[in-house]
Amino acid sequence: MQALDSKAIEVTDLTVAYQETPVLWDIDLDVPPGVLLAIVGPNGAGKTTLIKAILGLVRPAAGNVLIYNKPYATQRRIVGYVPQRGSVDWDFPTNVLDVVMMGRYGALGWIKRPGSRDRELAMHALEKVGMENYTTRQISQLSGGQQQRVFLARALVQDATIYLMDEPFQGVDATTERAIISLLQELRENGKTVVVVHHDLQTVTDYFDWVTLLNIRRIASGPVKDTFTSENLRETYGGRIAFMKNR
Amino acid sequence: MDNFLFLTRLDYTLIVVTLGAALLGTVSGALGTYAVLRRQSLLGDAISHAALPGIAIAFLLTGSKTPLILVLGAAVAGWLGALAIISIVRLTRIKYDSALALVLSTFFGFGLVLYSLIQRSGNANQAGLDTFIFGQAATILKRDVITIGILGGIALIIMLILWKELKLLIFDEGFAASLGFPTRLLDILLTSLLVIAIVLGLQAVGAVLMSAMLVAPAVAARQWTNRLNLMVFLAAVFGAFAGVSGTIISSSTTGLPTGPMIILCATLFVGLSIAFAPNRGLIWDSIRQHKNRRSLKIAVGRLMEGPQQESE
Repeated sequence: MQALDSKAIEVTDLTVAYQETPVLWDIDLDVPPGVLLAIVGPNGAGKTTLIKAILGLVRPAAGNVLIYNKPYATQRRIVGYVPQRGSVDWDFPTNVLDVVMMGRYGALGWIKRPGSRDRELAMHALEKVGMENYTTRQISQLSGGQQQRVFLARALVQDATIYLMDEPFQGVDATTERAIISLLQELRENGKTVVVVHHDLQTVTDYFDWVTLLNIRRIASGPVKDTFTSENLRETYGGRIAFMKNR
Repeated sequence: MDNFLFLTRLDYTLIVVTLGAALLGTVSGALGTYAVLRRQSLLGDAISHAALPGIAIAFLLTGSKTPLILVLGAAVAGWLGALAIISIVRLTRIKYDSALALVLSTFFGFGLVLYSLIQRSGNANQAGLDTFIFGQAATILKRDVITIGILGGIALIIMLILWKELKLLIFDEGFAASLGFPTRLLDILLTSLLVIAIVLGLQAVGAVLMSAMLVAPAVAARQWTNRLNLMVFLAAVFGAFAGVSGTIISSSTTGLPTGPMIILCATLFVGLSIAFAPNRGLIWDSIRQHKNRRSLKIAVGRLMEGPQQESE
């Protein structure tokens, strides 16, 4: 087990509400460094909101988030983010390389434009996701899996210690899914912490070593073998999980 | 001979008006690109209508028709209108389109009330204020062109300096925020740049038609390119061309209003671009579809022949 005092992400008493409805209720979550963690839960469980709250993109009604014992605002540079693919307009007039270079904007800071070094880093990241032959491709001409790889490459050039990914497997084919998961596992081997919003319960045990079960409240969180139990799943999904047992 | 007479009439006034319209088209074309890409085309319409009471109030307070003062009044009111829309959406459950319609009509109505009050007051200096509703390019003077040039130039320079930040804001606001860029502030800045472009055009094009000056050049430019920098450049060029051609057409024939002619030229560019642009254009598209269908027919034909030959 990891040392108790080193937590990559520490969420305490987090509550987020849109208008009057709570989307996340009193969440406590500790993510140790170097794990590949899946956040699973039914639709509307607040998975995306949890990621956004960790990133400071939504304002919590209560609670606190720490990245390596410091607030997110001071730790931005060590956190990489992969938003949901559907959150942007892919008809935007730009190409693959340009999108990936956006991952360097945080390190570049204000006004300064990306240079040849940033281009090199972007090319390297594109090679990692197998998209090096698509640099000048207009982004509207990419398939869903290719869009997802571009977003991953953009996060890779952030060269972060912690990665937060919102459904990186959404709408990708089996080949891309395998490519993405081996990339995520490689990140973990290199000591990175990877947090992934995930939908497919079948693959949790194969892909991940940690899991957080979420349904507005945190149901359970810990190593997959202890946490990913049918009892916890039933509590997370209610009656809707029944079909799983009949397999 | 008539043609030569027309050439000699290419006088000082026409040159000033044409120059003003060209500058205006450049600024609103370039900045309009951002509104179109953010799917905020109608925000320009709301701002231009909301600017109207600002002009009336600026005149009521100062009694002056100096362009800078009127532009300032228009800018403040237009900016407040935009801010009102953003706040209504953020603080209430009213949707964006309803907020837009509410603010647009309320501010515009208020502006019309103030105008009729000013007209009834019998202030001799008030003549010409109503040009801001429908626009009257012929009233553009050298000092107006200088105002458009300086303020528009500043807006374009800010756009170029913050190129990377604005691009990221429009493409992926959440990612921009995660990197630490103050997206709300950038949003307000971008809206302010739009306000500048709009109020500069009110005198020539008018509140009612101004939003077309933002939207049309950008929509036309989008058809020709897949790159943001080229799109902004082309939109600026289209905007300038619309300004120049609209002014010249209306000056060569009596009775044709300049502002509406500029808008018609801009929408003509849109029509031509949608029809003829490569890749995105309708004609290009139908040729491609025709080709695809033919090659598909040939492929299907071969498939149909294949198994028959095998079974024989």
